[in-house]
Parts: sequence; C-alpha cells; structure tokens
Amino acid sequence: MSMQLATLRDLSVLYRSGSTTRPALASVNLDIVAGERLAIIGESGSGKSTLALALAGLLPDNAERTGQIAWPGLGRPPVPGGDIGFVFQDPGSSLNPVLRIGEQIAEVARRHLGLGWRAAHGRALELLARVRIPQPKAALAAYAHELSGGQRQRVAIASAIAAGPRLLIADEPTSALDMVVQAEIVALLDELVRADGMTLLFITHDIALASGFADRLAVFSDARLVEAGTSAEVLARPQNAYTRHLIGSHIDLATPPLIAGATQ
Amino acid sequence: MSLLRRLLGTPEGAVGTVILCLLVLAALLAPVLFPADPLSIVGPALVPPFTDPSLPLGTDRLGRDVLAGLMHGAGTSLAVGIAAAAMAMIAGSLVGTLAGLAGGLVDEALMRVVDAFQIVPSFLLALAFVSVTGASLPVVITAIALGAWTGPARLARAEVLSIRERDYVAAARVLGMRPLEIAFREVLPNALPPVMALSSVIVAISVLTEAALSFLGLGDPNIVTWGSMIAQGRNVLRSAPFLSILPGIALMLTVLGVYLFSEGLADALARRRSRA
Amino acid sequence: MNAPLLAASGISKTFAGKGRRVAALDKASISVARGQTLGLVGPSGSGKSTLARILMRLVEPDAGRIDFDGTDLLALSGEALRTTRKRIQMVFQDPLAAFNPRATVAGALADPLRVHGLLGRRQRPAAIAALLERVGLDPGLASRAIHEISGGQRQRVAIARALATRPDLIVLDEAVSALDVSVRGRILELLVELQRKEGIAYVFVSHDLAVVRAIAHSIAIMDAGTIVERGPTPDVVANPQSATGRALVAAVPRLVVGKSD
Repeated sequence: MSMQLATLRDLSVLYRSGSTTRPALASVNLDIVAGERLAIIGESGSGKSTLALALAGLLPDNAERTGQIAWPGLGRPPVPGGDIGFVFQDPGSSLNPVLRIGEQIAEVARRHLGLGWRAAHGRALELLARVRIPQPKAALAAYAHELSGGQRQRVAIASAIAAGPRLLIADEPTSALDMVVQAEIVALLDELVRADGMTLLFITHDIALASGFADRLAVFSDARLVEAGTSAEVLARPQNAYTRHLIGSHIDLATPPLIAGATQ
Repeated sequence: MSLLRRLLGTPEGAVGTVILCLLVLAALLAPVLFPADPLSIVGPALVPPFTDPSLPLGTDRLGRDVLAGLMHGAGTSLAVGIAAAAMAMIAGSLVGTLAGLAGGLVDEALMRVVDAFQIVPSFLLALAFVSVTGASLPVVITAIALGAWTGPARLARAEVLSIRERDYVAAARVLGMRPLEIAFREVLPNALPPVMALSSVIVAISVLTEAALSFLGLGDPNIVTWGSMIAQGRNVLRSAPFLSILPGIALMLTVLGVYLFSEGLADALARRRSRA
Repeated sequence: MNAPLLAASGISKTFAGKGRRVAALDKASISVARGQTLGLVGPSGSGKSTLARILMRLVEPDAGRIDFDGTDLLALSGEALRTTRKRIQMVFQDPLAAFNPRATVAGALADPLRVHGLLGRRQRPAAIAALLERVGLDPGLASRAIHEISGGQRQRVAIARALATRPDLIVLDEAVSALDVSVRGRILELLVELQRKEGIAYVFVSHDLAVVRAIAHSIAIMDAGTIVERGPTPDVVANPQSATGRALVAAVPRLVVGKSD
C-alpha cells in the first residue's frame, strides 16, 4: 500500500577520533514511508542527528558507516540538495553571511532545477512568500544577519525546499528559537510538506512537540532505535522504559506544579 | 607529558622536534668540540669539504673551520631567535592585554602605537635601529623584537576582548572577584595560549632577520653567525660555492624545523582541546 | 515583613548599535518576594536576559532603581558591591561556558569561598564536599575537570557554586534550557527543594512558560523591553491578559495522547 521512500537496514555509524571510536548509531532498522511525517526523538548523544546526516550523505570524514540505506522510492541514489532538503538547527551558521538571501535560494533552484537566473529569482521570491517572510521582495536583497532568528529559519526552509525535494530533513530546527517562533515554524513545516506531498523527517528532543503533528515517532537512545510506531500508539502505550521516561519528563501546562501552595 | 607524546605522534612534530634537538645539540657541543674561537685561522684557505678529515667541511677564504663556524653559528642563531621572540612575545602580550582590559582611551592610544610600528617594514626598522645604536648582540635582539611584537599584541588584545565577554568572566564578577584577580586568573591564562602559538613563527622570522642583518654586515662582528658566513662566502661564490651553500642549508633547516615543530604543537594542542 | 526582597523599578537600557540605538529595556519593573520564585518569561529579544544581567550588576542600566533588602543596589560600588554580591548569585544557561575552561570542580567551588574569605584553606575541602552533596552530586567528583563531567552534573556544580555564599536570591538565566529533557526535571526538583529547605528566592528567566509555571509563584511576561503582564502564576497561565501572554500559552507543546487519523 504505502510506498517506502527509504529503508535503513542494520545501519551503524562509528565516529573515530585518534585511536578511540564511539558508536553513534548501532544496527538501526527503519523504513521511511513516502509522504509521512516521521519524528526522530532523542536526547543529546542518542544518534538522532547522525541518522539525519547519514541519510543526507553529510557524515563527516571520521565517520564509518556500515549497513544499508536504500531508496526504493527514488529508484536511484538521492542528490543532496535536490532530492533531500536539509534544515539545520542554527540558521545563523547554515546561511552564508556574505550572500544575499535571494541569491542563496536562487542558487539552489538554478543548480537543481536548471533554471536561468531570472527564473530562479522568481522562484526565490515565490518561496519567500510561501514561508511567509514579510515583504519578500525586500528580503531577496537582505543578508542573513539583518533578519531575526525565526525569519532566518524561514529562509533556510525556503532554501531547503527550493529544488522541490522528496524528503525534507529538519534537524532540531526550532531549538535555537523561542517557543512562540517554534510553534510558527512547526506549523509552517507541517503546512509545506502537506501541500507538496513531501516526506518530513523531523528531528527533535521534544516528544510533545513531535507528537503534535508527526504521523510516526521513532525514539532513539544511546545510538539505538528503542521504539517506533504511530504517534498515537507510542504515546498511549509506550513499550520501552526510556520512552515512558521521556513522556514522564515532559512539562506542559497540565503538569502538576513542583511548588506547593503557589500564591492562591 | 601526554602533550609531548601527541607532539611526537604527528609527522610534522616528530621531524621538527628532531631537527630542533640536533640544532640545540650542535650549539651545546660547539664549545666542547671546537673550544677555540671559530673566527681563528686553523688551516689553509679554501679547503673544499670532505677532503681533509681534520677539517670535514673545509675552510673559508681566511682558513677558518667551516664546521666550527656552523656549530657556533647554530648557538647564535637559536639564541638570537629565541631571545628576540621571547622579548616580542612578552612586550606584545603585555601591551595587548593591557589594551584589551583597559579599553577606552588607553586601548586607543596603545593600538595606535602598534599601528605605527606595524606600518614600518620590520626589517627596515631593525636596520635603522642597528645602524643608529651600533651592532652588538643585545642591540640586534632588540632590533628584531621591535619589528615582531605587534603581532602578539594584536592577537592578545583580540583574545582578551573576546574572553572578557564570556560567561565565566561574568560568573567571576558575580562571585565578587576583584578586577585584577579576574584578569590574572580568568582572562590571561585563557588568552595567552593562542598568542604563544605565534612564538614559533616569530622565532623563525627572527632567525632569518638576524641572518639578513649579519649578511649586510650589521651583526655583532665578534660573533660568528650564518648570515655573516654567507656574506663572506659571496665573494668567492664562483670558486667555492659551498661557503655560502652550507650556512644557507643550516638556515633553511632551522626555519623548517621551527615551522614543523610549531605545526605539530598546534596539532597536539588542538587535539587536547577537542578532547576537552 | 511583606516588603519584597528585591524590587527593580523603571529599569531602562539602550544599547548603541551600528549608527542606531536599540532599546533593550523600557521602564521595566519587577519584584521578588523572599523565598519565592519570580518567573520572567518572554520571546527572544524581549529583554529578559538584559534585565537579569542588570539585577546582577553585570550591565549598568541607563535609568531605574533596584532595592535589595533595603539597600540601593545601583548605588553600591567597590568593596560594598563585592560584599553584597554574596547575597545575589547567578546560574547561566550554558554550564560549560560558565566555568573557566581550565577549572576543576573543586577549583570552581573554592572560588566563592576564597573570594569572600569564608573559610580557611583547610576547611575548604570539607565545605566543597558538603556543597556537592547539597546539589546531589558525589563528593568524589571534586577532583574532576569541569569539561569531563556531564551537562547535568555541570549545572549542578553551577548551582553549588551559587549556593556557596549562602545567597538570599539566585538569578537563573535559562538555567535548564540547554539540558536534556530528562535531566531538566531533576534540576528543577533540586531548585525547588533548595528553596523549601533554605528559603532562597529565585528569578527564573525562561522562554518556556510550561517550565516557569512548574516552578514560579508569580510570573512577569516581557515583550520588546517592557513588562506586559504580571501576576500569580495560576492567574497568568489560566487567563493571560496580554497578547504575548496568550501567544506563550498557545505555544506550549502538549502531549497529544489518543490522536487518531
């Protein structure tokens, strides 16, 4: 029925530094279904970012990968930037500080869609409007440092989807932002992937944030995939102790306050 | 001592360390193997190298032992290089740290002085200084340091300015630490290591500057240096090229050794920091 | 008796940027009751961290007044300020950046004791061990370098360092934001427990309303350099009056259990 975009079989990644090695992913088996919104949940050192880098072919030189990543949904190896868009945690460092916003987005469209400069700039303008940058025309000529953190992340998203990728990977795209902007960015990502039928891989440490819009959750701990399932299943009946611990650690407005007798 | 092991673990560090050790050994053994003044005449003039076992590298135009000159010269080169670099590092770090910590007018004034020194080519500065004050070892060292202290000063200032804004300095202020204690406990120990990394480059430059000054006859005339050996060999360059080539090779090896050593050291330090 | 421990009023601060002046704070006023927690919440750039740094006298305000337990905090300088600093301590967001990169746990904890001449050199190791125990750490950690221990342990050491001078007030600037979710809960519990046992007041600065709600008795919401809303925590959360307050409440992610397609 549903088609797999990518399948990970026995995927392991080791980081080597000097004579020591550190496993970042150990024997991960995971299917990414075309068109789904899959959230990868984990804390620091869980391997969640390594998974994103491995999928996008962005692993650093000192990483050793074993196992398989197959792309049945593409039928060929993916072109980074073309088939896979990547949104990084810190838009301040993922955007080029000396290029105008318009040039950065147009460059992606030009390279992967074979557009001319004029058409690529038109596409950039269209994308900036889609990610709801106020005054997209003016933003085309702006530099990254002139924008706020939230707007920069919108630009990074526009640039990631410029080539019309099948898979959009967002690696902690909101953890450098405040909560209000976070909610806006998540809503934007959700809307974009729905409209374009993209597959979204959303990497986060926040299981509640993910549960709000992801179809499926995959929970990572200590380099291992400890639990995967639909969001509803995982939240209602977590099978793994670590998942239960994560859910239990979540603090929202329904959590009982830690202080007794708050004034009135 | 794991730093030393890491230093020797890199190929650059290992080669550089070996070259520098050999040079230091040569400098230390010179007075033992050649107790006589290396400027004294020991044999016939212009003996080619590898012909006379008692004079393995031959003699120069005046019949002075080339090997003795090279080994004594190693001491001069290293001593001048290290002394000048040390002087430049200390002066530069002090000025830069003071400027960075004081800020405001003091910073402006000190940095304009740095600018003034930096716009004069350092070799011209050294040349002018030696010609005015007369050539002796301390003067040559000071002359070289005069042109080399601005780099460390700028770097030290930049480091101090950046560290001043870090959270741990704010934390120290919050704890109630006095400004001087913050400067010496929190800021300086973290600002100086990158400045120290400059020292090897400055040693290399100093060795070359010293050789250039001696080549122009502005070195201390009573001391044998590689620069003066090259200069004297120049007159017989066609008939006895080895007289210029041998000290030239020694000079090149020294600079190469210092450079490789510093590369290895930077590598080893970076790896220690990345582990941290 | 009911006088607040700390009352800041009319705090304004303008930073000079490139050819333009940026108002970071405009007549902000807050007060903190003894032994209680004030949550300072707002989006990024709202001025909450600047206000926190002004309370710590790390940044000087352009205008305003801070009363701390009857003293005019902004009038203090030199030795008088240094002595008063014992009573107001701070915990930073990034526990790694908040320590000298060369520091050991013991060295970091000895700093406040040494600076204020609190104990003789010989009594310090015992005091350091006691501090570590108070924040739930193994005293054996004392000899470790700060960079060797985990993020959660580091933040505990930072809290221990703040406790060393027995302060009345600790300003926590996004103190749990950089921590893993599972570590965060335990640090919050530690803070609450310390408050209950020792009566320390907190100013808890955060962009996360849910976390603030869990720990603060009262909340002040900031936006664009001004306090737009303040009140007891349950009131502010249940019925936010300002647009910023409503946006912050709406932005809190909720666990969606039982969502079905």
